[in-house]
Amino acid sequence: MNALKKLFGGNTRQFGMIFALVALIVFFEIFTEGRTLTSGNVINLFNGNSYILILAIGMVLVIIAGHIDLSVGSVAAFVGVCVSLFIRDWGLPWYIGVLMGLGLGVLIGAWQGFWVAYVGIPAFIVTLSGMLIFRGANQFVGKSNTIPVPADFQYIGSGYLAEFGPKTGYNNPTMLIGLLAVAFVIFSEIRSRRNAKKLGAEVPEAWVMVLKLVLVCGAILYATYLFATGRPGTSFPVPGLILAVLIIVYGFISSKTVIGRHIYAVGGNRHAAELSGVQSKKVNFLVMMNMSFLAGLAGMIFVGRSTASGPFDGVGWELDAIAAVFIGGAAVTGGVGTVIGSIIGGLVMAVLNNGLQLLGVGADLTQIIKGLVLLIAVAFDVYNKTQGKKSIVGMLMKNFGRSSEIKADETTQTKEVISRGI
Amino acid sequence: MTSLNTHSDPLILEMRSITKEFPGVKALADVSLRVKAGEIHAICGENGAGKSTLMKVLSGVYPYGTYTGDIVYQNEVQEFKDIRASEHAGIVIIHQELALIPELSIMENIFLGNEPTKRGVINWAEARTRSTELLARVGLREDPDTPIKEIGVGKQQLVEIAKALNKSVKLLILDEPTAALNESDSQHLLDLMLGLKGRGITSIIISHKLNEIEQIADEITIIRDGKSIETLNVKADGVDEDRIIKGMVGRTLESRFPDHEPKIGEVLFEVKNWNVGHPQIQDRLVCKNSNFFVRRGEIVGFAGLMGAGRTELARSVFGRSYGRFISGHVYKDGKELQLRSVRQAIDAGLGYVTEDRKSLGLNLLDDIKATTVSANLRKISKNFVVDANKEYAVAEEYRKSLRTKTPSVEEGVAKLSGGNQQKVVLAKWMFTDPDVLILDEPTRGIDVGAKYEIYGIIQKLANEGKAVIVISSELPELLGLSDRIYTIFEGAITGVLNKDEASQESLMKLMTSARKTA
Ligand SMILES: Nc1ncnc2c1ncn2[C@@H]1O[C@H](COP(=O)(O)OP(=O)(O)OP(=O)(O)O)[C@@H](O)[C@H]1O
Ligand SMILES: [Mg+2]
Repeated sequence: MNALKKLFGGNTRQFGMIFALVALIVFFEIFTEGRTLTSGNVINLFNGNSYILILAIGMVLVIIAGHIDLSVGSVAAFVGVCVSLFIRDWGLPWYIGVLMGLGLGVLIGAWQGFWVAYVGIPAFIVTLSGMLIFRGANQFVGKSNTIPVPADFQYIGSGYLAEFGPKTGYNNPTMLIGLLAVAFVIFSEIRSRRNAKKLGAEVPEAWVMVLKLVLVCGAILYATYLFATGRPGTSFPVPGLILAVLIIVYGFISSKTVIGRHIYAVGGNRHAAELSGVQSKKVNFLVMMNMSFLAGLAGMIFVGRSTASGPFDGVGWELDAIAAVFIGGAAVTGGVGTVIGSIIGGLVMAVLNNGLQLLGVGADLTQIIKGLVLLIAVAFDVYNKTQGKKSIVGMLMKNFGRSSEIKADETTQTKEVISRGI
Repeated sequence: MTSLNTHSDPLILEMRSITKEFPGVKALADVSLRVKAGEIHAICGENGAGKSTLMKVLSGVYPYGTYTGDIVYQNEVQEFKDIRASEHAGIVIIHQELALIPELSIMENIFLGNEPTKRGVINWAEARTRSTELLARVGLREDPDTPIKEIGVGKQQLVEIAKALNKSVKLLILDEPTAALNESDSQHLLDLMLGLKGRGITSIIISHKLNEIEQIADEITIIRDGKSIETLNVKADGVDEDRIIKGMVGRTLESRFPDHEPKIGEVLFEVKNWNVGHPQIQDRLVCKNSNFFVRRGEIVGFAGLMGAGRTELARSVFGRSYGRFISGHVYKDGKELQLRSVRQAIDAGLGYVTEDRKSLGLNLLDDIKATTVSANLRKISKNFVVDANKEYAVAEEYRKSLRTKTPSVEEGVAKLSGGNQQKVVLAKWMFTDPDVLILDEPTRGIDVGAKYEIYGIIQKLANEGKAVIVISSELPELLGLSDRIYTIFEGAITGVLNKDEASQESLMKLMTSARKTA
């Protein structure tokens, strides 16, 4: 138990999530008789969910800051239709269209951010209104028609990395990315370990690190293999690449930069943050703006994938994104959450969706199951905090007959935090 | 409500070799506590000694099974599984942080979770008569319908006690009840405790104000580093403050204030004709034409009663973080400053340590190292990227120099004892390296030893040529520390006294009169 904890830097919550995800994948792999972990399916899974995962990245920041954004689906749809029209009616090249779409997202975000941050209207209200406004606007400018986009624009939603270099039987750029990722993981782990040692902080034993690296790199290589051996003409999908870049960038911003710290500070205790010189209005404005920016991007990827923009694009996306964030361990009260957690939360939902589909479970049952999973995941979290047991893993380990230490500290601590919050 | 036992000095409570561990910390090791029925029993110890933890064990906050040892209460071994269970047995704890709901009325708070009902419907008529009764018992003259947020901390404390009395309390636990109270409110509370004792209610009190302990306690148990050191009988052993301190820190403390030879220079910081309006109420002023200055190397005290407007003055100067700015000028080194936001104030070299660390000073979700650097991220970041190594090093440095009691700087601040949280807040502001540092109740909830250290730190900052302003409700502290003291009454500065002319009496007179000195 302790060793496992060390394996993932003491972050049991995150570890529990990864564990659940792996368990889910194994479960479906067995029950779909191997149809889950095939190149085609995995590529599909990424293509079909990348836009929700992109939304989850923005949403987790919004939720950490203590807000919510209900308008993302409508904003995505509105940006999607506008870009399709720009390209079709004004004859703009696709990349100008993309840039204008991103700009439009920023403008919409500035509009919503203004009301939230500077007028002080709760984001729930502002974005509920935005949900109506931009849905209506999508149908107004698009006259409720579908508007096709040209093939080169479709590349951002359904393209693959092009083949180059020697004929290896694998897709070379995909392999390259995989190897770079492995190198980066090893390098950064060793570096952070060295730094921690230098500072005299406690570091886990060497074998723990090696085991961790083997597991993580193994997973990356296996995924690389799957992506690189797909049907000819397929490889690592472009939306997946965009997503990967965003995860790295936003993961870095949220955990390592000043503005990232400020977002957590504002969500954790706004007054204390303000008295420490944090400009909370600016922070709130930026998070809301960023959310719509990413929503615009997600909308365009979706349009690219479905080859046309339509009046019902993005319906219900906000709920998927919010669910991903909460499964990923964020707190409704703000101040807690991680980008990577939300991505894992989103993947749990995606794998569930995909697996149930492969098993031929209908949309009705799938919804019921997804709803229950959300509830149970968060309930586990709350239960673990109040019972003082350590997360899902702790529960699992207990069933394996090992003693699970009781950690009362977590109990009272949450209670205290809650009672103080009142 | 009276003790049923007949033989002399029966014990109402005995805690036997209680041990309580948190991950990485043994908060209590084999602690024993024996409380006689009908007495006032004090628990003393340094910050982080384990006092609050012991009381949380007793009251079921940490349920049976999470600690080892026995709790014998009214001659029975108890296994409380939560707070309700201990309340059922007549043990009520009033925590270091009050747990009242600001939006609800006094009456609603008193009956929260304990509502008198008639066929499932709350019987407000009965609640009203009972709360009027209870308020009379605790000596609080307020309408039961007044919202909690509209009464001061002192009165809130009394509401907590009324709430406890409503639960027919036999053993009342008060964790630092007077930390946030001024002298007259504290005195009222202590008198109330003596009154309760007269009615047979046993109390346990935790406090760092040793004069109060000496005044009301019958017995004192001293805890040091999670171990019970000794139990003193106040009358029989002739205990005084020095004796308690000796038990707490293991040695005698020569004096309460470190020696200090002030090196005062020219005027560094000056505020002129400062007028600030109440944030909500249109025509009310919270600062009335205030003028003050602080010189380099000088420690200036602000004395005033609770609600006199000291905090309001400080916060309005600190980047207009309180109230509506009306008029006034701020000068540093003779140059006028425009401080429109906290950011500008910090950049201009000001620092403000709040009196309300829980809601204004800390993000309880953060760890110690993030908190320490949170007001000066710039200093440890390059191109907006925070250098985690520097962060750790800085936090570690302050942990050592302030002697914060924690297993590591990666611990969450919510897990620290009250006094150690205060040290982290202090560290946060020291790290901004301000030229002008305003400290609002800097030693609230801090033990004698740590107070001495903090005074030393304040004097060191002054010796470095900084201007320090100390706001405090404890007059002895202001008298011992300040080179000059301003008195404030109802938002106006009513006088200023030099160290040699100031005394409790002279200050008190200025703090309670509207007399204006030129
Ligand atoms: N929930 C917790 N998790 C981990 N450690 C804790 C927790 N609560 C308290 N501690 C640790 O236990 C020790 C005792 O804390 P406690 O709050 O009982 O001190 P205290 O005597 O009340 O101090 P103070 O006078 O500052 O209030 C401290 O070292 C503290 O850091
Ligand atoms: Mg305490």
